[in-house]
Amino acid sequence: MDLDDTPEQAAHRSKVRAWLEENRAQAPVLQGPGALQDEDEILAARRAWQGRLAEGGLAGVVWPREYGGQGLGPIEQVICNQEIARAGVPGILDAIGVGMLGPTIIAHGSEEQKTRYLGAMLHGDEVWCQLFSEPAAGSDLAAVQTRARLQDDGSWRLSGQKVWTTNAQFASYGLLLARTDADVPKHKGMTMFIVPMDAEGVTVRGLRQISGEAEFNEVFFDDVEIDAGSVVGGVGNGWGTALTTLMYERVTIGLSGEGMGYTPTRFAAAIAADEHARRDPEVRRQLGEIASELTAVRFTGYRTLTALQKGQIPGPEAGLAKVTIVNGAIKAGDLLADVLGPEGLDEHTDLAYMVSFLPGLKSAGGTEEILRNTIGERVLGLPPEPRLDKGIPFSELRSKEGAPA
Amino acid sequence: MNLALSDEQEFLREAARGALSRFKTLQAAREALDGDEQALPDLWPTARQAGWPGLLIDEEHGGAGLDAFDAMLVLGECGRVLAAIELLGHLPATAILGDAANAGELLEPLASGERRAAYLPVSPPSDLAEDWSVDPNGSAGRLPAPVAVAAQGGVQVTGKLSFVPDAPGADLLVGVALLDGSPVGVAIEADAAGVTVEAVRRYDATRSLGHVSLADAPATLLEVSPESLAAAWHLAQSLLAAESLGSVETALDVSVAYAKERHTFGRAIGSYQAVKHSLTEVLRQLDNGRSLLYYAGWARNGAPAEFPLAASASRSVGSRALDVAARTMISVHGGIGATWEHDAPLYFRRAQLSRRLLGGTGMATDRVAEQVLAQADAA
Repeated sequence: MDLDDTPEQAAHRSKVRAWLEENRAQAPVLQGPGALQDEDEILAARRAWQGRLAEGGLAGVVWPREYGGQGLGPIEQVICNQEIARAGVPGILDAIGVGMLGPTIIAHGSEEQKTRYLGAMLHGDEVWCQLFSEPAAGSDLAAVQTRARLQDDGSWRLSGQKVWTTNAQFASYGLLLARTDADVPKHKGMTMFIVPMDAEGVTVRGLRQISGEAEFNEVFFDDVEIDAGSVVGGVGNGWGTALTTLMYERVTIGLSGEGMGYTPTRFAAAIAADEHARRDPEVRRQLGEIASELTAVRFTGYRTLTALQKGQIPGPEAGLAKVTIVNGAIKAGDLLADVLGPEGLDEHTDLAYMVSFLPGLKSAGGTEEILRNTIGERVLGLPPEPRLDKGIPFSELRSKEGAPA
Repeated sequence: MNLALSDEQEFLREAARGALSRFKTLQAAREALDGDEQALPDLWPTARQAGWPGLLIDEEHGGAGLDAFDAMLVLGECGRVLAAIELLGHLPATAILGDAANAGELLEPLASGERRAAYLPVSPPSDLAEDWSVDPNGSAGRLPAPVAVAAQGGVQVTGKLSFVPDAPGADLLVGVALLDGSPVGVAIEADAAGVTVEAVRRYDATRSLGHVSLADAPATLLEVSPESLAAAWHLAQSLLAAESLGSVETALDVSVAYAKERHTFGRAIGSYQAVKHSLTEVLRQLDNGRSLLYYAGWARNGAPAEFPLAASASRSVGSRALDVAARTMISVHGGIGATWEHDAPLYFRRAQLSRRLLGGTGMATDRVAEQVLAQADAA
């Protein structure tokens, strides 16, 4: 049992560290003195930096070499992520594309698609977004209603709405899950498409949340024409293709590790600065409980890495760490707000932003309730919740719900 | 990066599970609660045969030379079946002696299990409490550590310690005393003049506890650092955590099995979200606890400065996990889970007593706060 690098990993780490040392002056400054302010400038700088990281072999580490990657294992990617964090420079802009959508295209896309899209994605020349969730299809993703209808000439017409779409406001392409056949059971009638975000009929709107900021977007499709070559993984195979993306989502979360930045020390620092609070037994009890759980998550991450290193794929139990992180951070935000009082809720502070951001995060990547169902069934082997949608054509299901398909 | 069990560790765990499976420990626990303490099997010979008493003693002194994590695996197996083996007291004592420069002769009979030691738990100071202290007998707040005075051939120790795990029947008592205000390691023969050990049982008949009274008891002064003495406290915390998490595993397994077979309103009760989610919550806490055992197992030698945090966090999570697991076990089983004949009350009793031993869960949680505040100060 150890947390050390193997000699090969150590060599990789020093190579990465040397590269960062040499190139860090080119990294965009996003925080502190001299930070870029203009949104367009930030975007351009982050795209350029992603390109540089890709050329240096620090992005797409697990991608095959033929598509511009390094053909290395997940541990080497983690080492890159750790060294990027250590150097205090930004990571890649398009983590969703490179981490989840690119690997989906590598697994299911045509040769033509791989040649056309992957290089530009990896280098940040074309940013991607994930067009899966809808207002009525989140945890139950297979309930998507966005319709793609086949035209006589083999092209498709797309209508519907997606939501919670990160980066849509500047994305060039989206990977979109649409219903192509409503007369078969819902998991069978879906197809995955590549959609150009500048196509006529695509509208992107920022979706403001509790904080007032728009972290995500809504994307509307009004009779958008997409060509026949846009199908990824075959017509009617959308669900299987989507599962690949979701598997890489778990891997990406597993590789990012370190509790999404919600570390015990981060919260302890605010308490430590308060001479009264740091001696208050009740504050300390709460801090101790929160810190214990968030510390556990760090080592759960190391256990996940060990499994990845042995070629195992993280299963649904990886979701438990997300539950711990989000709820731990919520409790920590609550504790800090209790300690600081109304002043802690000043809109300009990180704390107020975090307090606003976390309630929504509970449902990100599937609601906590559905996550607990999945883990109960797939990890503990408990019997499934009775389902009323199995084997029923989607159109019939929709009319039962009192809505048109 | 490697946080997986080695083949040797898998074998150690399987061997422990096999050895303990030969005893009806749960039945014995219930009979002991009913007043028949003779019902508890003497598992020390089994422990000796398996080499557990010498787990943490180096090979030079007849031990296995293994590490804290290996000891945690064995304690976890004991916890699974509520086996009453005196390792929680013995192992931290051997850790102190193993660190001492002048305890070689004491170690060999302890490694073989021919003699048994018990650790006298004295908690190290914290940012809010500047003194070493011991658990009270009652609600008095923490009490001062035993005091040592120089005497011919060593020291004499005076003090009282309450609810000391595995003290009854131990041959050697190993712990901390204050000599001119400074912590020193002491080893005291249990049959020496001035030593009395009063056996006590509270709520969980499988847990051997003793009130230890020392009145000018002659002791060997151990050449050991205060860091080692503090580490023994933290080791005991992590061993108790490992034992508790082993009990959580059984409580969860049994509850899940019942939730699959018991039907109400035409459905297995495990299909109801209310039941499923509470069992998933037990799994979440168990998994967090396991991760912290890895942390503690690694930190004891890999990052000693982090061992207080790792061990205390494991104790904090492990104790709470067992409380939740035992209560969930009872409620998933419905009324039958609260009856004397069921195993759930045995796990519940284990949980309630364990939470209050060795400073209690609250003290471990406060130690976590102390450690992360110190990390924040240093950052």
